[in-house]
Amino acid sequence: MTRHLLSAADLTLADATLVLDTAAELETILATSSVGKLPTLRGRTVVTLFFEDSTRTKTSFELAAKRLSADVIGFAAKGSSVSKGETLKDTALTLEAMGADGIVVRHSWSGAPVNLARHVRGSVVNAGDGTHEHPTQALLDAYTMRQRLGRVEGLKVTIVGDVLHSRVARSNVLLLHTLGAEVTVVAPPTLLPVGVGTWPCAVSYDLDAVLPTSDVVMMLRVQRERMGVSYFPSSREYAQRYGLDVRRAERLREDTIVMHPGPMNRGVELASEVADGPRSTIVAQVANGVTVRMAVLYLMLGSAEPAIGVTL
Amino acid sequence: MSPARGTPRPVTGDRAAARTVVTAEQVGRVVDRMAHELLESVGGVSDLVLLGIPTRGVVLARRLAARIEVFSGAQVPVGALDVTLYRDDLRLKGPRALASTELPPGGIDGRRVVLVDDVLFTGRSVRAALDALNDLGRPSAVALAVLVDRGHRELPIRADHVGRNVATTLTETVHVLLAETDGEDGVLLGPADLPDADLT
Amino acid sequence: MTRPAGPGWLIQGVLPYGEGPRVDVRLVDGTIVEMGTDLSAGDCQVLDASGQVLLPGFVDLHTHLREPGREDAETVESGTRAAAAGGFTAVHAMANTDPVADNAGVVEQVWRLGAEAGHCDVAPVGAVTLGLAGVQLAELGTMADSAARVRVFSDDGLCISDAGLMRRALEYVKAFDGVIAQHAEEPRLTVGAQMHEGEHSGRLGLTGWPSVAEEAIIARDCLLAQHVGGRLHVCHVSTRGSVEILRLAKARGIDVSGEVTPHHLLLTDAAACGYDATYKVNPPLRSQDDVDAVREGLADGTLDVVATDHAPHAPQDKEAEWGAARPGMTGLETALGIVALTMVGPGLLTWRQVADRMSERPARIGRLLGHGRPLAVGEPANLVLVADTAWTVDRRQTESRSHNTPFHGTTLPARVTATFLRGVRTASA
Repeated sequence: MTRHLLSAADLTLADATLVLDTAAELETILATSSVGKLPTLRGRTVVTLFFEDSTRTKTSFELAAKRLSADVIGFAAKGSSVSKGETLKDTALTLEAMGADGIVVRHSWSGAPVNLARHVRGSVVNAGDGTHEHPTQALLDAYTMRQRLGRVEGLKVTIVGDVLHSRVARSNVLLLHTLGAEVTVVAPPTLLPVGVGTWPCAVSYDLDAVLPTSDVVMMLRVQRERMGVSYFPSSREYAQRYGLDVRRAERLREDTIVMHPGPMNRGVELASEVADGPRSTIVAQVANGVTVRMAVLYLMLGSAEPAIGVTL
Repeated sequence: MSPARGTPRPVTGDRAAARTVVTAEQVGRVVDRMAHELLESVGGVSDLVLLGIPTRGVVLARRLAARIEVFSGAQVPVGALDVTLYRDDLRLKGPRALASTELPPGGIDGRRVVLVDDVLFTGRSVRAALDALNDLGRPSAVALAVLVDRGHRELPIRADHVGRNVATTLTETVHVLLAETDGEDGVLLGPADLPDADLT
Repeated sequence: MTRPAGPGWLIQGVLPYGEGPRVDVRLVDGTIVEMGTDLSAGDCQVLDASGQVLLPGFVDLHTHLREPGREDAETVESGTRAAAAGGFTAVHAMANTDPVADNAGVVEQVWRLGAEAGHCDVAPVGAVTLGLAGVQLAELGTMADSAARVRVFSDDGLCISDAGLMRRALEYVKAFDGVIAQHAEEPRLTVGAQMHEGEHSGRLGLTGWPSVAEEAIIARDCLLAQHVGGRLHVCHVSTRGSVEILRLAKARGIDVSGEVTPHHLLLTDAAACGYDATYKVNPPLRSQDDVDAVREGLADGTLDVVATDHAPHAPQDKEAEWGAARPGMTGLETALGIVALTMVGPGLLTWRQVADRMSERPARIGRLLGHGRPLAVGEPANLVLVADTAWTVDRRQTESRSHNTPFHGTTLPARVTATFLRGVRTASA
């Protein structure tokens, strides 16, 4: 039965814990290994299908697959048949014919990985679809929290920024809830979805009220283009009300960590000094991204059947 | 799917139909003999590292180290080597969680590594362990110690130190019980396991 | 115009408007000539329709026939054949074709294609603005005077959002008894919108289409119609708020009518989970509370008609990522079944009221002669027979060229067994 990782909601507590534990083992093994590679996915073909530009996530997945000795094929939308008008369905059928075991897909339309998964026999991993989800980002964020703070359960996590348009926020809210953390989202009202009241998290418009009790503060990128359509009046006002500047960072508890999925707007949602400071886990998040994605690929492609994921 | 990491694989199959082929008392004597063999091997236990293959191989390795210390005072480093990621039969089975890999302080470079496992069967686990070892460092030599050799090798692999040879047919299963994980010592021989049993 | 009348028909044992006792009905030369019991066949072909419901032929105020321009999805011929199969004797063909039906030439072409095909009457809808651009009025009077006799004008697909322009349009068509049919959607509230704005849209990461975008325009247009004394029709009403506004407007005596589609009588925004673009439509599927409200509105007559908004699409326009897919669902062949399932079955409408909502009122709003007439001797024989036979929708078995029905696999409790256009049988099941 083919299984896919399309949403953080596809992972039960057991599945999510398995991913994090597997990543931890992989980290240990690779730290000791003189070769830096494992033969586990030899003979498996992993295709990275990126319809949206992303050097960071694409490289992370390709590195993860290569460290497991899989054959990796990168399929970039620009310059491919896709830019000549090929439909998603035809791209899927092409991949089928090539015998892709795993397909890592990033797309600008929400739901595209779901559509793709209907046409392929391989396992689809969602690397970010529109404003819907980015499950491996949430997994690496949780892994980073566990790494720095020893646990995820019971942590008070505050997610700040453009929640309305953020797939990272959606996946994190779902996964953190599964893992037993307490999540609060903070944003101006214009950047919160109408249905956010039904999400498993608290909501606040007041960053200063929430920061003192936070164990983790996760800042989201704010796109300047949103200003043009009046989501907020100016970058300056946004930074004043919702930016994690040095003054706010000083009022955080001693152990509180600051996270950001990248790429960041230095000086808007996050001050440079905070981004580069000791609380920041930004660099660790990138490194952990490869390890966590190795764990996901191993668990989905390493055996006769995937160990995690949803069937369609 | 296989049990979560850290938990030994439970005895499957019909326990009532299994018979004891090595008693608890006999297991103790066998382990002692193996410890003495290691002490008497060329080079003794200097430079020796015991690496157990999880789960019961690790327990056995710790026990051997403990007995070696009792007999000689020497403290032999013990570690764990999970071979799951190096297995050649991964695609044939359901998914497996990873167990711990922990190299002892001092590592394995230039030292004599003795791989320790509970049962030697087809030899594929050991082959995977050799591949894993290769990626992790460069031991000066590698030897193999197993509590039970049940025959039916599929690869040219032999153990240097064997606790007991137990003749089996392919449809039988061997279960090693160790007090630390199973509450008692013993080796059982029983009917076929459930379909996704390991072939070690 | 249509096919020659041919021999007459004797339809036996029917219940006019679903009301007893059973009667036989004789059709000769396109007219109902006799109604009674135990009529002799004479020269007529006999149709045993015992126990079936006889209704006036349905009139659809909102259909997309796609010709000219997208004949791969539908043509006037295939679309009207689908209409006849669904019990329709007349359809209003929306103007968002390519080229747009904003002049006498295109509307006459569409009207003529309908006449030649002969499956049902086609009343072309004229665009309100040139090219549907929302800037300048099209030649509405010339279209009204053309052979197509256009009376319904709409930029459907797009909203006439400029209040000044909408006012002028409502005023101008008074001269020839026209009606402006508005696709109510404030465009600045629906930029990039993909589905109803609610609990599901947030989770699915699809930009929301808030109910207020529809309601605000309806409120504005009702007040404009009142102010200028014009006639307004609201296409595909989908929200509770819209129904409430229409109820209030009618109470004030404003000349406004509203339509609801079959899919809005049944489906909710939960259908978008799974990203199957079969369920992508404009206006979007809404909440269960909205579905309840439009059913109540249709039952009490606040919503005057059921109109299909039949929107055929080629497969590549639907088998795509949600965001890339075109909105729209087919509906001509399933309309009657859905109304039976959602309204007649639960007792919200009687068959007589179905005749009112699906034939009499739409014919009146469209100013169509000969349709929506009483079932009585001397009236034109535009009729439909309905049996309470259950059937399951199969998207591969359609008269329509397109297969984007949201009801594939749904079992419907009633079906059209025959349709007559001026005494000629245009469909039989």
